[in-house]
Amino acid sequence: MSALDELQTGDKLETITLPPVSRIDLIKYAGASGDYNPIHTIDEEAEKAGLPGVIAHGMWTMGNLAKLFTPFYEHGFIQDYSIRFKGMVFLNDVITLHAEVENNDKEQAAFHVRAENQKGKAVIEGQVVFSKREIKAVTY
Amino acid sequence: MFKQSIGKKSNRVKNTVERGAVKKFAESIGDPHPVFIDDVAFSRNIAPPTFPRVFDYGEIEGLDLPKKGLIHGEQNYHYERPLFVGEEILCFAEVEDYYERSGKSGDMGFLKVKRYGEDLEGQLIFSEEQVVIITEAVRKEMRV
Repeated sequence: MSALDELQTGDKLETITLPPVSRIDLIKYAGASGDYNPIHTIDEEAEKAGLPGVIAHGMWTMGNLAKLFTPFYEHGFIQDYSIRFKGMVFLNDVITLHAEVENNDKEQAAFHVRAENQKGKAVIEGQVVFSKREIKAVTY
Repeated sequence: MFKQSIGKKSNRVKNTVERGAVKKFAESIGDPHPVFIDDVAFSRNIAPPTFPRVFDYGEIEGLDLPKKGLIHGEQNYHYERPLFVGEEILCFAEVEDYYERSGKSGDMGFLKVKRYGEDLEGQLIFSEEQVVIITEAVRKEMRV
């Protein structure tokens, strides 16, 4: 039995706290994702858009949140990942990543997931369904 | 109007799940796990679930989205299996829906775009659904 199989409804995965959001994080994500919308990297452009400063790409936060599940990839893969963007992430925000088991059976495990800022406000929230169909190629 | 775009699709575009792009992407989300980047420890590597952001899905005729002022409301991924590093896939996009709602900051437009990735035999690997919110101010600027 794997650590994934032992999880029960209500159990939480170990929370991850990200380093304070930096401009270079967002520049790197812009380059890696191809999303060069300047409200994520250039203050003047963010201000022109009515924002107090640059904001993180929502997809940067969503990408980060998925790493709670990376240790389980030898037992399956993320089948469904659904997110609602609820709040903006600014430079120097400290984001924590959370996942709680909703249900867990032979085929799949469902988690309620969210990323919170330092004020405890959810900035993104949604669900991950982890399929326990093992992928042949992923073997240690 | 966006309503006229509902049901319109782009032509399929061939993309490669490039090793260097996967590594750079995994690093940019702070997740450089060996399962994504180490091809010695793993017989095959996979791409992170939000990696399909980088693919080219082609152009949907008549759908001209502004570069600025859009709000990303929702994002959903569905996978039949993970994406393997090095494989070639066919990608296309489709306008799924468009509707308007009145809110505190005026009328908001909600555009649902669905994107697909298939293997070269046409089998679905993943689909993603993106909900983009278009504010009244932006729509006025676009004169739609």
